[in-house]
Amino acid sequence: MSDFIRANLPYLLAGISVGGQYALIAIGYTMVYGILRLINFAHGDIFTVAAFVMVYMNATMPLYISLPLTAAVTVALGFAVERVAYKPLRTAPRMSIMISAIGVSYLLQNLMWYITGGLAKQYPTIPWISSSVTIYTATTKMVTLVTPVLTLLLVILLVQLINHTKIGMAMRAVSKDFETSKLMGIRINQVISVTFIIGSFLAAVGSMLYFSNYTAVTPVSGAMPGLKAFVAAVFGGIGSIPGAVIGAFIIGICENIIKALGLTTFSDAFTFALLIIILIFKPSGLFGEAIYEKV
Amino acid sequence: MSLLTVKDLQVSYGGIEALKGISFTVEKGQIVTLIGANGAGKSTALRAISGLVPVKAGSITFDGKEIKGWDTSRIVSEGIVMVPEGRRVFPNLTVLENLKIGAYLRKDPAEVSASIQYVFERFPRLKERDWQMAGTLSGGEQQMLAVGRALMARPRLLMMDEPSLGLAPLVVRDIFAIIQRLMQEGITILLIEQNANAALRAAHYGYVLETGRVTLEDTGTNLLNNQKVRDAYLGQSRKRKAQGE
Repeated sequence: MSDFIRANLPYLLAGISVGGQYALIAIGYTMVYGILRLINFAHGDIFTVAAFVMVYMNATMPLYISLPLTAAVTVALGFAVERVAYKPLRTAPRMSIMISAIGVSYLLQNLMWYITGGLAKQYPTIPWISSSVTIYTATTKMVTLVTPVLTLLLVILLVQLINHTKIGMAMRAVSKDFETSKLMGIRINQVISVTFIIGSFLAAVGSMLYFSNYTAVTPVSGAMPGLKAFVAAVFGGIGSIPGAVIGAFIIGICENIIKALGLTTFSDAFTFALLIIILIFKPSGLFGEAIYEKV
Repeated sequence: MSLLTVKDLQVSYGGIEALKGISFTVEKGQIVTLIGANGAGKSTALRAISGLVPVKAGSITFDGKEIKGWDTSRIVSEGIVMVPEGRRVFPNLTVLENLKIGAYLRKDPAEVSASIQYVFERFPRLKERDWQMAGTLSGGEQQMLAVGRALMARPRLLMMDEPSLGLAPLVVRDIFAIIQRLMQEGITILLIEQNANAALRAAHYGYVLETGRVTLEDTGTNLLNNQKVRDAYLGQSRKRKAQGE
């Protein structure tokens, strides 16, 4: 029994940890979808950009400045992407804004290639969360333990914000009915910007936690976690925040269980197989509501 | 001076002229109604006043200010509040939250709570259900909530788009009683109705819209007795003819 735990505990811990990191990204996908009915393809790239911002910031300034500044720059990027690429298309067909999102995604990716010259950059070591810790024979990094705690804390804060503040109430209203929200005096663009700001901030935090597990970061490093977070959001029911969080933890844990079973090669395949299965059998996901097009 | 003056208002959607230059005025303290068939442009007129659709030409003057081109948020803060067609309460918000969101632009929490009490006094049913999701209310209750939500913004001009649509006759009577009472409390009302009979009975003044133009205007009573209006919108003479056969 203790052998079993000794062998599997590291995988479970890793699963919970990476699940939390996916969750932080997935919330951005699901919130934007909830309000704009848009899959923000650029979100995964914003997550990667956050990593490079951290790399470059940290090269010139101390951590206590570079960490908050990285978050601020990422937030500003998310805000700017919405204003420049999505806001002008508010009344355009949904397909146009989707294509715009794909465009932004490639733009950011190529910008990263251009700036980094395609070379992997070393991700800075954040003290304390990068230090090793041993729990019941399993040795892991502190970040593994910090991630789920921090994720849950942020999710609770977010849910409080959405359920108990004026801006949260406006977000819920806008997600249901743009026009009537306007008639209440709500400035739709402000609410949408706040949504992107929250999503980008969580992606920045997710990025710091995720890349602390790795030594290097390249312009495509964020593609896979970004994609998996998207799958998590779909799995949980896109538009639902609890759904995205639960979906992300399930995917993170399952991937690592598969690794524990010695099938590491298939751990990514599992996630995408899951996506296909969900789309076939329960397209609305775990907690999503079926969406009927308004006629 | 009239509270609202609309002059030569033109609105087009995607190449179709929905309003071809309509003019009407709403006097302070009155109920004014726009009647007309489906597609005559009644809703478009309200939506243009609220700033939901862009105005092509003409002017909209509210309390001496030209409000054409303002964004909806600013128009609402001036006191023009709309109860949209089909009620459009937020189904995922509680009854209480629906009222609170009606007061979105107001800053003073004490005054907002006072307004909530004011709405609850007028609509005791809403108070009983204040914790329920608005989507679970009946149609009549939702209409009351939509009206209550609009009152939360402290309207000077309340625009109502088809408030009786899809409601049982008894509930329709309630709604019209409420409209009368709001008028007596000093709120000016611009009402759109397919139920022309009830609307004209309630209204001081009415305008008949046909395919984007005002074709007739008069006091509510005169329009009720106007033969053309009776033929086209009240369906009475047709009924009489049918009975005669």
